[in-house]
Amino acid sequence: MIRLENVTRVYGQGARAVTALKDVNLEVAPGSITGVIGVSGAGKSTLIRCVNLLERPTQGRVFVADQELTAMSKTELRKARHGIGMIFQHFNLLESRTVRGNIGLPLELIGTPRRDIDQRIDELLELTGLTERANAYPAALSGGQKQRVAIARALASNPQALLCDEATSALDPQTTSSILTLLRDINQRLGLTILLITHEMEVVRTICDQVALISGGELVETAPVGDFFTRPATEEGRLFLNDFLQLAPSNALLQRMTAPAEGDSLPVVRLTFRGQALSSELMTRLVQDFGIRLRILQARVENIQGRTLGLMIVELEGAGATFDAAMDHLHTLDVQTEVLGHVQRHD
Amino acid sequence: MSSAMIDRILEAVFDTFYLVICSGLIGIALGIVMGVALYVTRENRIMAMPVLNRAISLVVNVGRSVPFIILMLALAPFTRWLVGSYIGTTAALVPLSIAAIPFVARLVEGALNEVPHGLIEAAESMGATPWQIITRVLLPEARGGLITAATITIIALIGYSAMAGAIGAGGLGAVAYNYGYSRYNPMVMLVTVLIMVVMVQGVQMLGDFFVHRSRHR
Repeated sequence: MIRLENVTRVYGQGARAVTALKDVNLEVAPGSITGVIGVSGAGKSTLIRCVNLLERPTQGRVFVADQELTAMSKTELRKARHGIGMIFQHFNLLESRTVRGNIGLPLELIGTPRRDIDQRIDELLELTGLTERANAYPAALSGGQKQRVAIARALASNPQALLCDEATSALDPQTTSSILTLLRDINQRLGLTILLITHEMEVVRTICDQVALISGGELVETAPVGDFFTRPATEEGRLFLNDFLQLAPSNALLQRMTAPAEGDSLPVVRLTFRGQALSSELMTRLVQDFGIRLRILQARVENIQGRTLGLMIVELEGAGATFDAAMDHLHTLDVQTEVLGHVQRHD
Repeated sequence: MSSAMIDRILEAVFDTFYLVICSGLIGIALGIVMGVALYVTRENRIMAMPVLNRAISLVVNVGRSVPFIILMLALAPFTRWLVGSYIGTTAALVPLSIAAIPFVARLVEGALNEVPHGLIEAAESMGATPWQIITRVLLPEARGGLITAATITIIALIGYSAMAGAIGAGGLGAVAYNYGYSRYNPMVMLVTVLIMVVMVQGVQMLGDFFVHRSRHR
């Protein structure tokens, strides 16, 4: 539905030139939700603005619904934009218009008859749960309501694709979640293709099917969300994920731990389980087959698009050889192990 | 004060209204056009034409730097060509309107600059034409600022119209000068000044009222 081919965007010229996007290739399947994630300044905003040509790529081609936007005249491009909705971090609603007036604007632009506009506004108010606030002005609305108005407005002309530019970044976590639910809902009900950019992993994890990690203007990794969260393919992916999904030893544990093994001390190990590996059976086998005793000190389990990711810090008790054998066994089951330190036996 | 003087002052009030309202309408209408042109033709704007922009800007600056009393005299040949005479109430409308245009243009440009860029971007993403952006986004969103600009202009024109009395435009300025100053009638001077104060106050209050009404917050 959306395809970027070798898109490069350079600001300025000569020695002062700054490359904001470097040879970006991205494909968003019809009806799917793709999230582009990256730190600020990575080029996310430029990327999404290149899709509807609010910014024109210096090189490369942009396709939406099999039409090449980069080859269009101004008039053709305006027409194509009617089929691409967009919402923004700061909502960008017209303060001089009511909720109804804002939602109807895109239809006024294409000359839809007044009666049809009013009917469509009613449908959209219903869809976004704003019927009660139809005649309010934006200044009287909460952030979440404003973003709902913006979504209704973006959907007014029945677009096939929706671009979301940090749409939840100005909202609190609870409102974010309700907006994400709404986006997921319209994606499923209307078959709308969504491309969003965000710096929040939580957003990607909650609603995206595909994720693209952008760093320094380049897409470094594009993968299904379940794969990316459980098995990032690149170092950048791992680093980004570690910031989001981590299990750090508590302060109390850090104080008790010593780096090298001391006499009778026990190793403290961080285990990272992926996919289906996390099961109580695994624990039982460690105890039964290897004679290892295991105490769980800290644990965290996440479910991402049907995949399980488990993080656990455990204290292991077992003789040298059995310990190594147990670690090998875990590795064959694709459990990542990491010795964090040692603690004194405390019984 | 004699009843003849009272009649004279009343007539002068109507002349002042006539001068201010007519030149205000013309000046504000053309000033808005020029202000919008200044705004949209700037670099990176919706109708970027930097050369034209600099040209308009230069014209505006020249227009604003000539003192009104000089402008009025300098325009005399043009006024005579346009309305047949350079003396009289109608003739005074020409320099008043022309003085108002660049004044309004800068104020309008300032009001438009206050419209958040994101709104223009949103309209562009909807496929709006530049004309649609001007008429449906820029001007309505800048309404408060535009009313303020109109208020300031009308008040400035009340002052300018008094100067126009010097070329026989009539109005309160002429009465104050001819009777209050030249024939030393302090009562006439006081009354005309008071009327002008009331007019300015009234325009300001009306302007504030409309600005307030245009704000939805």
